[in-house]
Amino acid sequence: MGGWAIAVHGGAGVDPNLPAERQEEAKQLLTRCLNLGIVALRSNVSAIDVVELVIRELETDPLFNSGRGSALTEKGTVEMEASIMDGTKRRCGAVSGITTVKNPISLARLVMDKSPHSYLAFSGAEDFARKQGVEIVDNDYFVTDDNVGMLKLAKEANSILFDYRIPPMGCAGAAATDSPIQMNGLPISIYAPETVGCVVVDGEGRCAAGTSTGGLMNKMMGRIGDSPLIGAGTYASELCGVSCTGEGEAIIRATLARDVSAVMEYKGLNLQEAVDYVIKHRLDEGFAGLIAVSNKGEVVCGFNSNGMFRGCATEDGFMEVAIWE
Amino acid sequence: MVGWAIALHGGAGDIPIDLPEERRIPREIALRHCLDLGVSALKSGKPPLDVAELVVRELENHPDFNAGKGSVLTTQGTVEMEASIMEGKTKRCGAVSGLTTVVNPISLARLVMEKTPHIYLAFDAAEAFARAHGVETVDSSHFITPENVARLKQAKEFNRVQLDYTAPTPPKELENCGDSQIGTVGCVAVDSAGNLASATSTGGYVNKMVGRIGDTPVIGAGTYANHLCAVSATGKGEEIIRGTVARDVAALMDYKGLSLTEAAAYVVDQSVPRGSCGLVAVSAKGEVTMPFNTTGMFRACATEDGYSEIAIWPNN
Repeated sequence: MGGWAIAVHGGAGVDPNLPAERQEEAKQLLTRCLNLGIVALRSNVSAIDVVELVIRELETDPLFNSGRGSALTEKGTVEMEASIMDGTKRRCGAVSGITTVKNPISLARLVMDKSPHSYLAFSGAEDFARKQGVEIVDNDYFVTDDNVGMLKLAKEANSILFDYRIPPMGCAGAAATDSPIQMNGLPISIYAPETVGCVVVDGEGRCAAGTSTGGLMNKMMGRIGDSPLIGAGTYASELCGVSCTGEGEAIIRATLARDVSAVMEYKGLNLQEAVDYVIKHRLDEGFAGLIAVSNKGEVVCGFNSNGMFRGCATEDGFMEVAIWE
Repeated sequence: MVGWAIALHGGAGDIPIDLPEERRIPREIALRHCLDLGVSALKSGKPPLDVAELVVRELENHPDFNAGKGSVLTTQGTVEMEASIMEGKTKRCGAVSGLTTVVNPISLARLVMEKTPHIYLAFDAAEAFARAHGVETVDSSHFITPENVARLKQAKEFNRVQLDYTAPTPPKELENCGDSQIGTVGCVAVDSAGNLASATSTGGYVNKMVGRIGDTPVIGAGTYANHLCAVSATGKGEEIIRGTVARDVAALMDYKGLSLTEAAAYVVDQSVPRGSCGLVAVSAKGEVTMPFNTTGMFRACATEDGYSEIAIWPNN
């Protein structure tokens, strides 16, 4: 045991009817990100730096729901959030309500490293970003045609639900391929979370974790989910690093990321047992997934949702990219 | 057969032992008043969620605590309030941040929990949500007290002095910035059926950056409740977030089988640095504990068997 390990995710809860090309694109992106992380780990880059650089890549790619390609708010804009945590001293940084910062995860890192606080949001966070000289873009940059289409479907699904109180089968544009699977109470074809995250343990046994997202499609402005909340979407300690994705409210109630470490610390479970335990016992009716690494070089993914976009690799040569069970 | 219990706090921090009477007595009276309110509510069968909310509303309305009226100021001299509430049985929760005109942030947090599919709303959107629901709002000058304007001035001076001085410690008169308006307010309650609830509210950290969010609205940090206990924490927000304080009390009870008192003491001793944190907690069995690792913590508690306590400094 020992050595470095890395895992990445692109969201828990996948539409079973997801077209093959899209599945392939996702796997390629996950593979590319894993490889980026592996190259860095082999050159002794620290866990926290690897987490940041991998998530930057995921944010920059428009495929998943973070940075460019983020889900849209009810007003058609993008509001992003992210958090990062360094297990060694449990230092952390988080941001919410980000609208013009190209890489929210890097802003979260700056909050951790360059501010006296742990969490900055909305205009205060944007001001801080400008003072730090991070890359700023227009909000349009983050908006993709795919998501504009999705927002429209989401609004229709919401209005159907509201008016007819029936399960959202056959909403306009998705009739032929709709499945009864729901996420956040709404059709998975529209509401798949696709939050991104990365967890790393480096050659020195240091763990780190990070998560980044655009949040829920058609969300109320100002809605904050689990991704920027330390203990919910992200957590890292001396023992492990964890990043979660799925139904935000369920993850917050479960303090999911913290609990993985807590059961290791307080019940003496190992990483696999801890992940299995929290997925089984802490989610109640909610659906979510997580990736985790331990200071012993182990990596584990766990989810109770319908699939999770994920990839993991360890120093001894193991590598896997997957979507389904 | 277990009874009800309630505990509330008005902030933990470096409360000087020589706090002048005119600063100490009004707060003690307020703690007594809030405790009595909470106890009557529990005795009349009000659910703990309602009790926690009404006590925190009362503390928010009182200008001598750092929540609602009397909130400390941001570096720009404005008020940005945040709060969260959690119901133990269902683990439903609600949180708000960045409020500037809402008279009772804790009630808005409750509304988020009950009237939206979400848990946490913040800043402009939270304010808009408040208006859309007819929640009481006032001009933000309502929340600003002369004491806090002075506190901000002192804090800025302290920062400037820290930069200018080569000596490691600043002059004595500038040391006690934020004296007794530190922390937060909170209330935890349990009824005889073991239903638990926690509520916490704050103006945050004096001279904080605009947009800074602390532990108070972060479920698992400043507030937590489940079937075992309800916890509300206060102190240095950044440390409480890192230490996932409120959640850890419950986790220690759950995963290590510690009692409420042991779990709370452990967290305050081990999970956060000295001088950074205090909390109040009640268990499903009607127990209560109020540990802190700071100089003092404004606090009060009562249990059905007749025990009650109002205090500021350690009991010994």
